[in-house]
Amino acid sequence: MNDPAITLYRLQACPFCERVVRKLEAYDLDYRSRFVEPMHSDRDAVARLTGKRSVPAIVDESTGVTMSESGNIVAYLEATYGERSKGGA
Amino acid sequence: MDLPFEVVDLPETDHPEVGDRVPDFERPLVNTEFWEDVSLSALTDEAPVVLVFHPMDGAFPATYIWSEIRDRGWLDREHCQVVGLSVSSPYEHADLLERQGVDARLYSDPSNEVAEQFDVVNDLDGMAGVSEPRPAVFALDGERVVQYAWVAEEWPEFPDYDAVEAAMDEL
Repeated sequence: MNDPAITLYRLQACPFCERVVRKLEAYDLDYRSRFVEPMHSDRDAVARLTGKRSVPAIVDESTGVTMSESGNIVAYLEATYGERSKGGA
Repeated sequence: MDLPFEVVDLPETDHPEVGDRVPDFERPLVNTEFWEDVSLSALTDEAPVVLVFHPMDGAFPATYIWSEIRDRGWLDREHCQVVGLSVSSPYEHADLLERQGVDARLYSDPSNEVAEQFDVVNDLDGMAGVSEPRPAVFALDGERVVQYAWVAEEWPEFPDYDAVEAAMDEL
């Protein structure tokens, strides 16, 4: 089994997380979901990665990027895997 | 348990025996920090696995079984992985791990389909529409071949921990 390069830390039913999922699906990206608990204090795994306890957070091993905040993540995905990445650069 | 009356016998099953290869499955696997879909074969590719089917989290057998496993140090073994499975949700598994202070990983299978695959289903009397695995332990090598199998024949019944431990030493 090949491990996907992208790992998404998410909370069930969190709209910000679903926003990222939509983007990942739109770009047909392979990703692994890791679900965390609603209590922020129970999110040590996320804190170790990003320094914050908020989700969504992603780790993209193909670029070495780790980040949180859905707006940032969506912008990153667009720049890296979206039309803009194919066009000019 | 030594009780002064007959306990409930569970029907015969056709569960995997020593030498059989068990079916592969993929379910959310809960650890102390998160859960993600993991197949059984992904685990056995790394190291032998002791798969423990147990009653739903919150029922006293689940508490007893995980206390015993913790106290016997099975989770600290280097060469094999002890992994649980019940019909409880990932949230309940996370609670169990925290409450019991158990650094284990537990599969969540609310549909009980894995127990069906292994033919270890326990239909629960008095809980309409609910079934769960009967208590069972399978020690598996890297190819998912059973090295030791125990399946409850009575309800309730607990694993022979010494026998499981002896099997773990041979994995």
